[in-house]
Amino acid sequence: MTAPRPSTAVGAPTGGPRRGRVRAPGRGVPLPLLVPALAGLAFLLLPLLALLLRTPWRSLPDQLTSAEVWQALRLSLVSATAATAVSLVLGVPLAWLLARVDFPGRGLLRALVTLPLVLPPVVGGVALLLALGRNGVAGRWLDDWFGVTLPFTTAGVVVAEAFVAMPFLVISVEGTLRAADPRYEEAATTLGASRFTAFRRVTLPLIAPGVAAGAVLAWARALGEFGATITFAGNFPGRTQTMPLAVYLALQNDPAAAIALSLVLLAVSISVLAGLRDRWMTTR
Amino acid sequence: MTDLAAPRTGVTAGQGLDAHLVVDRGGFRLDVRLRAASGDVVALLGPNGAGKTTALRALAGLVPQAGGHLRLDGTSLDRTPPQSRPVGVVFQDYLLFPHLTALDNVAFGPRCRGASRAAARALAAEWLARLGLTDHAGAKPRHLSGGQAQRVALARALATHPRLLLLDEPLAALDARTRLEVRAQLRRHLADFEAVAVLVTHDPLDAMVLADRLVVVEDGRVVQEGTPADIARRPRTDYIARLVGLNLYRGEADGHTVRLDAGPALTTTEDLSGPVFVAFPPSAVTLHRERPAGSSARNLWRCEVAGLETHGDQIRADLTGELPLAADLTTAAAADLGLHPGAPVWAAVKATQTHAYPA
Repeated sequence: MTAPRPSTAVGAPTGGPRRGRVRAPGRGVPLPLLVPALAGLAFLLLPLLALLLRTPWRSLPDQLTSAEVWQALRLSLVSATAATAVSLVLGVPLAWLLARVDFPGRGLLRALVTLPLVLPPVVGGVALLLALGRNGVAGRWLDDWFGVTLPFTTAGVVVAEAFVAMPFLVISVEGTLRAADPRYEEAATTLGASRFTAFRRVTLPLIAPGVAAGAVLAWARALGEFGATITFAGNFPGRTQTMPLAVYLALQNDPAAAIALSLVLLAVSISVLAGLRDRWMTTR
Repeated sequence: MTDLAAPRTGVTAGQGLDAHLVVDRGGFRLDVRLRAASGDVVALLGPNGAGKTTALRALAGLVPQAGGHLRLDGTSLDRTPPQSRPVGVVFQDYLLFPHLTALDNVAFGPRCRGASRAAARALAAEWLARLGLTDHAGAKPRHLSGGQAQRVALARALATHPRLLLLDEPLAALDARTRLEVRAQLRRHLADFEAVAVLVTHDPLDAMVLADRLVVVEDGRVVQEGTPADIARRPRTDYIARLVGLNLYRGEADGHTVRLDAGPALTTTEDLSGPVFVAFPPSAVTLHRERPAGSSARNLWRCEVAGLETHGDQIRADLTGELPLAADLTTAAAADLGLHPGAPVWAAVKATQTHAYPA
């Protein structure tokens, strides 16, 4: 199911006569479309190109081996992975609920679940503070009963990232679930499987590619998360200062370091995209 | 086929299936009674949308029943959830779990019903061997042929030892050649099956080969049931008459004459009175360009050719006029008669070729 499709280039004529110049009359790309299209392409690619052009390649090894960079990178990777794990544990069952169980208000609930997708992350951070802050609606009880405080801790980073990233996973998994044939679950039921067994042994393996794609999207979103994190968890090096926060801070006093850090994030993003393309994007 | 014609005696109390299925689905209502003894194979036959599959799903517990009852071997299943029913289902496109091997597909049921992994796999291997699939135990469903997948699906349904086996269009997904072979195998396996089997099909040949008894469903209701031979000889609806290839009319009998609802009278050999059906095969109809003089056929009608189509090595003529009917004739005869749409013809049927029976 996850086998990568053969490259499309295989079928393309490579040695034959070129026919690129010969166009059927009236089939060319109209200028009013071509010009903005190329401008759009340049607009998207120029900043990335600029990042590569201005990278201080000579001092790069020193920049990348500095303790601060590694600290921030490690914290980013750990917290993004933890946020993805939280999203998987809570998000996959939530997606199943939204896709498979018919209940009143399901449409509204789906809209609410995806709200963090469009909500400005800073607003998400403020909302998290009001909910889980030391004096927050629920945070007060967490503090009183369990002595747990989330704001301005690494756990708080994970919470902020999961809040922003989980909707990506839910949307992706729910879409896959809707596309998957529910009759497989029925077949499992007639064989004696409870609904949970049918989910665990039949549905989950069938939607694994969708879950994986959703997890990668969530992970990438968590890795780049800035607004909710800085609002809810603050900016303490080694504790809550993730890569994006470090980039922003470095830009104020050490632009070369900011470029180096950005380059690392760009490399991570590109490898994620490559992984997505080969494994999941092409199979459905 | 003669052995199939022998009528099965009724359901003994406590053994077999006794169901009255009532399902409401937004504007469509299914109301079907089904009884079958252990060892019986019952076919639900009907056109698309008649409610056959809905009936099957109600038996499996996959759609809620709006009324009626369902008893299997004397035990009520009305409140039993699908996963606890002793029911095995072979789905139309088999629905083999694509991520599991043939062996694990078959082992799935026993595993869910509490067998250890090793015991479930041993049982599955046994079933695969019984169906001649040992060589394909490790294959994923996408590497199985249609016929093999069908047998894996059958093995998977049987591995839970169901008391009721349900088959939804078991041969529909197969190509014509495989179908012939699989039909014969399936017939053997169903004959060996000791509990009740109910299969759904829209193909009269599948139904007649596989089942002891046919239940014809149209528009959510049972319109006729009986042995395949009985139904083939005495159809009671236009749908069944078309399936078995007969001209069918309803009328009022008075001795050897039947006044047809369609208009003309028809002479039969049977001596009946009251409402009757009259049936005769298209091959019993002879066509003439001129009114046959001195013909012994009393059943003679003036018709017009509405359409012609090839039917095997014969030509089937659709006639309208005094009596709408289908007639089969050889290609040579059709050429001699100069048949073409719109051509006037005389159609004759001998009384001995007709069959009348009470409606």
